[in-house]
Amino acid sequence: MLEQQLINALSLGSVYALFALGFTLVFGVLGVINLSHGAIFMLGSYAALLLVEHLALPLWLAMLAAMLVSGLIGLAVDYLVLKPLRARNAPHLAPMIATIGVATILTSLAQGLFGAENKRFPVGTIPEESYNWGNLHVTAVQIGIVVISFVLMLVLLAVMRRTQLGRALRAIAESPKAAYLLGINVEGLFYLTSFAAAALGGAAGVLVGLSFNAITPFMGQPMLHKGIAVIILGGMGDIRGAMIAGLFLGFAEVLTVAYISSDFRDAVGFGLLFLILLVKPSGMFGKVLERKA
Amino acid sequence: MQFNTILKTLPLLMLTTGLASAAQAADVKLGLAAALTGPAAKYGVAIKNGFTLAADEVNAAGGVNGNKLQLLIEDEQGKKEEAINVFKKLIFKDKALLVFGPTLSNSAFAADPIANAAKVVAFGTSNTADGITAMGPFTFRNSVMEADVLPVTTRAAVKHFGIKKVAIIYGNDDAFTKSGYDVFKATLADQKIPVTTTEAYAKGDVDFKAQLTKIKASNPDAIVCSCLTEEAANIILQTRALGMKQPFIGGNGLNSPKLFDIAKGAGDDTIMGSPWSPENLTPANKAFIAAYKAKFGSDPDQFAAQAYDALHVVADALKKVKLSGAIDKDRIALQQALPSVTIEGATGKFAFRKAPPVTGKEVGYDAQQEAIVNIAKGGKFILLK
Repeated sequence: MLEQQLINALSLGSVYALFALGFTLVFGVLGVINLSHGAIFMLGSYAALLLVEHLALPLWLAMLAAMLVSGLIGLAVDYLVLKPLRARNAPHLAPMIATIGVATILTSLAQGLFGAENKRFPVGTIPEESYNWGNLHVTAVQIGIVVISFVLMLVLLAVMRRTQLGRALRAIAESPKAAYLLGINVEGLFYLTSFAAAALGGAAGVLVGLSFNAITPFMGQPMLHKGIAVIILGGMGDIRGAMIAGLFLGFAEVLTVAYISSDFRDAVGFGLLFLILLVKPSGMFGKVLERKA
Repeated sequence: MQFNTILKTLPLLMLTTGLASAAQAADVKLGLAAALTGPAAKYGVAIKNGFTLAADEVNAAGGVNGNKLQLLIEDEQGKKEEAINVFKKLIFKDKALLVFGPTLSNSAFAADPIANAAKVVAFGTSNTADGITAMGPFTFRNSVMEADVLPVTTRAAVKHFGIKKVAIIYGNDDAFTKSGYDVFKATLADQKIPVTTTEAYAKGDVDFKAQLTKIKASNPDAIVCSCLTEEAANIILQTRALGMKQPFIGGNGLNSPKLFDIAKGAGDDTIMGSPWSPENLTPANKAFIAAYKAKFGSDPDQFAAQAYDALHVVADALKKVKLSGAIDKDRIALQQALPSVTIEGATGKFAFRKAPPVTGKEVGYDAQQEAIVNIAKGGKFILLK
C-alpha cells in the first residue's frame, strides 16, 4: 500500500508544483500575487477541451494551443489590470484585490459559456489503461503529469539560469528600476512573464482536466489555495522551491490520508504551512523574499 | 429636462402597470427560488425546467379552475443570503401565493422561517436534509428523505451482491453528502454490516487515490459513496484505475445521467436508490420524460422530475381552493388544501406525511413515497429486480 501511496503522492505533488510554477514566476518577477492564476488554469483546461471536441485536434497540439490561449489571457490581464496599477505605483494589495475581481469575472464568464456542470475529455483522448506491477497501478496520465511537470520546470530553470533573458528577468526581480537603468526592456519582460506564467497555468489546467475528468468553471479555486500554500512554502518567487514544495504538499496530503485520517488532509497541509511560516517565514527556499525585504 | 419628465411619469407608469396586473388577477402567481447560477446551478436549472414544463402543461390544458399559473422565477445562487432575499421579494413584493425552493437544504434552513412567519407555503423539491419540515407548518417538501431511501437501497445491495463488509467514502463539508453519510452509518449498524474504513474528502477535491488506496487495502466487498454525481463518477473511475472491482452503493447524489457521461461503463454495478428512475415506465413518467426531451433537448433528472411533480401537486390543491383575491386568506387556504393531495406523478404515487412532532412547535409535511432501487448496467440505471 505504501508504494501505491507514494505514486499517488508523486503525481498529486507534480500537479501542485506545475500549477505553482507560473504563480511563483509572476511573483518573482512582477512582485505580484496574481489571484487570477486559478481562473486562467481553468480556462486552459476548457480551451484544450473545446479544441479536442470541436476541431478534433490531437492532444499534444490542443495542449500547445491551450497554452497559447491561456498565455494570451494572462497577457490581457497584465495589460488591462496589472499595467495600469504598475503605472500609478499602486500599493501591493491593489493588484491582489484586482486579480480576485478578474478571477470572479472569468469564472462567471466560463459558467455562462460552458455551464456549471463537470465536463470531461472525450473517452479515448488519452490511453485509459493503467500499467500494473503486481499490486501497483500507474496510469498513463500520472506518468504524463510527472514527466511534463519536470520537463517544464527544468526548461524554466534553464532559461532563468543560463540565458540572457533569464539574467534580465533576475535583474528585474532584484530591482526593476536598476534593470531599467541598465537598458533592460522591463515592461516588455513583464508582459513576457505574465504570458509565460499563464501558459504554464494553462498547461497545468489541461493535465488536471485530463487526469481528473472534472473540468468546471470552479476548478481553479481549490487549486489556488494549494498554490498559495506551495509558493509560500517554497519561498515566494523561487521556481525550484515551488517545485519541491509542490511535491512536499502532495506527499504530506497523501501520507496524512494513509496514516492519520482523510479528515485531516487539508488541515495537515496548511498546518505545515503555518509551522514553516513560524520557523522560517521566507519559506523553505526563500531567498528572493529575503532580498526583496 | 428629460430626466424630470421621466421622474414625473414614473409614478404614473407604476400605477398603470399596477392596474394592468390587477386586471389579470386571474393569474395565480407562484414563486420559484432556485440556484440558477453558481456551483448548485446544475440542480437549479433542472428544477426550473421541471417547473416550466409542468406550468406550461397545466396552462395549455386551461389552467386551474380557469386561472392561469404564472411562475415568478428568481435566482438564489445556492446561497443562504440570496435565498432570504429572494423569498422576501417573492412573498412581500411580488405577492406570490406560495414559494417553491430553495434548491439547497442549507438555504432552506435560512429562508423557510421567513415563509412560515408570513404564513406562506415554502415548498421544497430538492431539500432532503433532516429537520427541514420541523421549521413550521408552512414548510412542505416532496423530496424524499435519504433516511427513507438508503435502508431500502442498502438491504437490496447486500442481498444482490452477498456483501459482508463495506468501506465508506463521503464528502465531509457538504450538508447533503454529510447527512447521507450519517444515514448510511446508522443503516449499516442497523443491518449489522461491518465498515472496514471510513474516508472523507472535501468540496473541490479531484484526486481521491489516496483514500481509495486505503480502501483497497481494507478489502471491502462494496464501497458506500455518499457523494454528488461528478465526485462519484471520478471516484469510480479512479477505483478502477487502481485495479479495484468493487460495486458501489449510493443515494440520490448518484442519480443523474451525468454519472455515465463521466464514468461511462466503469459505473456498472452501482446500486442507487431514488424516488425517481428513467426506467420506471409508468404512463405519467413516460409522458414526463418525452415532454422534457421535446422541450429541452436533454434527458431529465430526478431534480426535474420532483419539480415537475411539485407543480402538479400544487395545481391539484388549487383545484380545491376557491381563491378570494385576498392574498393572506388564499395563502392559508392553499396550505390547508395541500396535505390531502395525492397524485400519480413522474416519481410515482405521491402523498404528504406530517413531519415527526417537535415539542412546542407546529411542523410541516414530508413526502410519503416508495424508493426505487436501481442498478447500473451498460452505462445507465435499470430497475434492480
